[in-house]
Amino acid sequence: MKNDLVLRVVGKLLIPFILLFALYVQFHGDFGPGGGFQAGVIFAAGIVFYALVFGLDNARKLMPDRLVETMLASGVLLYAGVGVAGLFLGGNFLDYFVLDHDPIHGQHRGIFWVEVGVAVTVCGVMLKIFYMFASRGRDGRDGHSIDEELR
Amino acid sequence: MIAHFSYIITVFLLVAGLYIVIARGNLIKKLIGLSIFQTSVYLLYIAPGKLLGGTAPILAQQYGVYSNPLPHVLILTAIVVGIAVLALGLALAVRIREAYGSIEEDEIIAMDQQAEDAQPGAADR
Amino acid sequence: MALLVVVLALTRNLFAAVVLSGIYSFLMATVLVALDAVDVAMTEAAVGAGVSTVLLLGALHLCKSEETKPTHRPWLPLSVSIATAGLLIYGSLGLPDFADPQAPIHQHVTPRYLQNEVEVPNVVTAVLASFRGYDTLGETTVVFTAGAGIIALLRRRRHGKHDGDADEK
Repeated sequence: MKNDLVLRVVGKLLIPFILLFALYVQFHGDFGPGGGFQAGVIFAAGIVFYALVFGLDNARKLMPDRLVETMLASGVLLYAGVGVAGLFLGGNFLDYFVLDHDPIHGQHRGIFWVEVGVAVTVCGVMLKIFYMFASRGRDGRDGHSIDEELR
Repeated sequence: MIAHFSYIITVFLLVAGLYIVIARGNLIKKLIGLSIFQTSVYLLYIAPGKLLGGTAPILAQQYGVYSNPLPHVLILTAIVVGIAVLALGLALAVRIREAYGSIEEDEIIAMDQQAEDAQPGAADR
Repeated sequence: MALLVVVLALTRNLFAAVVLSGIYSFLMATVLVALDAVDVAMTEAAVGAGVSTVLLLGALHLCKSEETKPTHRPWLPLSVSIATAGLLIYGSLGLPDFADPQAPIHQHVTPRYLQNEVEVPNVVTAVLASFRGYDTLGETTVVFTAGAGIIALLRRRRHGKHDGDADEK
């Protein structure tokens, strides 16, 4: 699909805004609709759009496999890490009010990091699933990604 | 009866999803039916939380009545689990396709039956 | 939406079924906005109409995209479905009316959540991340497990060709 002019131009215009919107939804999850899941899925959808228009190999250069797999695991670790930090600082597991001198700010900090962890994991999982489906040849052999078949 | 119309629509969607799962033989069609089933359950949870004259549960100065946020939280989790199920089901369907050459339920059972008749225990390999 | 689902059940072209399921997710997101569930609508639109459609199309590309064949008479599943529908509607007659302010769902825990102890305006995020943070930890683990399961199922062998039958991994 790299040779289709309309798709390329629209893709170049839209993809930065999609990624920016994903970050907006993530950080404004406290004040409007949004939060971790939505942000992760929208970010992954932006990268999937890029992969569909410009080819899976270009998307793999942008987000390599190791990075995606690391994102998968590190989100859950971050979430559990916030919980354990609550343990070390004197409260129970997943207590947020001990994370700062002021309980309200502790809650804000805890919620922020927890949402980041959730978004990272969800984005990693969606991208990994897409990579797995898109790079498998029809017979299960190596090679022959979707865009090669369509060319 | 009019006051319960949301439940009637939910039950219709639920049963339609159930019908697709049990009556169609194609594995991908079954998975689509399963996702329709799950979506109707979301509706089942969220419809009772709505208050007429209320607004979305985002606290602001000028609103007094809010719709119930508790079902929203549960359904957010349910949606994400739903796609996890769909993705795993599709991966299994792809593997079945590679193993048997078909994703029709009847053909797969017939192939297993043939392998079982030809050599007992062969279908378990 | 009911009409859409009936057409989806009857159609035999799998590509049309996938597109119809995407449209269904969009309509469901619209209905959810009408029911004041804005977070859920955003998630349903992104997940159901975005990622889910892409995954279905990917799987459809990997399997053949031919139509399904009606083999058996659909009378038994149809009667089972209609009987289930009757039972469920009979059971739902005891549930509270639509938008009833005195329903039990609004009585016990929700007023406390809405009092906003954590000073975060979006109550759904506050409940999800703070009041019920344990559930969200479990759900993140579920998502991670799904990703790990997909990797285990669809990983290719590095050496040589795949035989095409279900060997061990």
